[in-house]
Amino acid sequence: MIRRSAGTGSAQGIGGSGDTGGADAVSCSGLTYAFGDTKAVDDLDLSVLTGEVFGLLGPNGAGKTTAIRCVTTLLPVPGGMVRVFGHDAAKEKMAVRRLLGYVPQQLSADAALTGRENVTLFARVFDVPRRERAERVAQALAAVDLTGFADRMASTYSGGMIRRLELAQALVSAVRLLMLDEPTIGLDPIARTSVWEHINSVRRATGMTVLVTTHYMDEADQYCDRVALMHRGRIHALGTPDELRAELGQRRVAAGSAGDQDPLPTLEDVFRDVAGSGLDDEGGDFRDVRSTRRTATRVG
Amino acid sequence: MSGAPAGRRPASAEADGATSVRAAGSDRPNLLLVPPRARTGWRVLPARVVAMCAVELQKLRHDRTELYTRAVQPALWLLIFGETFTRIKAIPTGGIPYIDFLVPGIIAQSAMFIAIFYGIMIIWERDAGILTKLLVTPTPRAALISGKAFASGVKALIQAVVVIVIAAALGVGLTWNPLRLLGVAVAVILGSAFFSCLSMTIAGIVLTRDRLMGIGQAITMPLFFASNALYPVAIMPGWLQVVSKINPLSYQVDALRGLLLGTPSHLPLDFGVLLVAAVLGIAAASSLLGRLAR
Repeated sequence: MIRRSAGTGSAQGIGGSGDTGGADAVSCSGLTYAFGDTKAVDDLDLSVLTGEVFGLLGPNGAGKTTAIRCVTTLLPVPGGMVRVFGHDAAKEKMAVRRLLGYVPQQLSADAALTGRENVTLFARVFDVPRRERAERVAQALAAVDLTGFADRMASTYSGGMIRRLELAQALVSAVRLLMLDEPTIGLDPIARTSVWEHINSVRRATGMTVLVTTHYMDEADQYCDRVALMHRGRIHALGTPDELRAELGQRRVAAGSAGDQDPLPTLEDVFRDVAGSGLDDEGGDFRDVRSTRRTATRVG
Repeated sequence: MSGAPAGRRPASAEADGATSVRAAGSDRPNLLLVPPRARTGWRVLPARVVAMCAVELQKLRHDRTELYTRAVQPALWLLIFGETFTRIKAIPTGGIPYIDFLVPGIIAQSAMFIAIFYGIMIIWERDAGILTKLLVTPTPRAALISGKAFASGVKALIQAVVVIVIAAALGVGLTWNPLRLLGVAVAVILGSAFFSCLSMTIAGIVLTRDRLMGIGQAITMPLFFASNALYPVAIMPGWLQVVSKINPLSYQVDALRGLLLGTPSHLPLDFGVLLVAAVLGIAAASSLLGRLAR
């Protein structure tokens, strides 16, 4: 089992900071990515501190997935600079990939394999030597409470269990940055909580940095150390959820409009405030909606 | 990369060990805090190929349906087509029974049919997120494609064994020389590697399953008929002989025939062509793989 340390909720796990020579886990500067004429990511500046849980928030089509894919080296970095623990994502792809575990939006475990085989594959492709492979895989599965289901086919897993299996796949190679794209999409509330609890326990035990995208503001509020609100390829607000809410509260008081509105704004209110009026009439693009539906179907 | 965290974390785990709650029997070191040491250089490729082949074998172990259903078609070719044409004696086979002549062709054909599916499979894996996730591991594109290519070879090899067993049951006089059989295995694997890469290359161009299925259907039969799998090249019209000359399947069948039946063949040329085709296929498919990730 992974040892759980005290000091929950701190932005700094065991060995979290200080061992990277001050480099941020992720730093993007001037990142721009366009599909044809549409700028999915538009001059994005972002730094994720080592050891924190950082939430990239925004509606469908905000550019979250594109930004994340640039960091994972799946997409090239046509404009700007992306660094992962100091390594240039455009030039040192192998070094970057070795440091990060990516959990895409879809439930990406291979349904034709057992849970253990799914994790073993990732142990192999991350060069875990044979003598410690079985042990490492067992520890990763234990860390996400899947030991009892390890030898069942992944096709029999529920959506939440598959998400946990994907966490184990990232854990087995001791990656230092875990990137999750909409990890709780399509999951029921109980599975969502469980997935977040496992993300947090893994983070506490390993000091892993977590970068997560979501459009569930309540989850970001509850589980992220810092959040960035993204809309139309740009970041509109950045800070801890408390800071962002307090700031809006103060602004509302200053504007004298607090009377007719809830005095304690939610993160969603903050989002509506910074994104402006364009939020409602612009949904995600077709591909986004389709992949979300596909995920929902697989989960269902 | 800094080596500091790897050295530091186990030490801190040790220090806190006394106070933290541990599950029974877990006094072993926590491996999840130590990143594995990276393989470098030439060792990466064989390691990834082994990983992909292992996955393929695991899948076959869980679900053998495909193994059985895929044995049906070659069995029918040999039983119905082979037996009938053996009686007709219409095809000049150089003095051997037609069914003997046909066996290597059917081995090559069934291997190709398996391999052609890999493009569809890689698009399916992309849609499911499996490919995306593998592309974010320290696996060069060429290693991932080679892994898939050889995995299709492993599958084709099992298929070849099935065909050989059926052929032996039908009384076909095949070689049992282990060296020659080894050569057969190499020819089957190289051929599968080429055809799976051809399919994955097309996948990288067309990007959707629907389009690829149409193209896959459209090319497999011509590749099969425009080769020496069913009849010798000599009886083809001139233009078809040219097509057959540039079809790697012909070289695969020629090699298989020479090895299994001892008929005259051009083994060095055959293996040379198959090797070059496989390498070119891997290069083409790897260079287009990135398109599937977008």
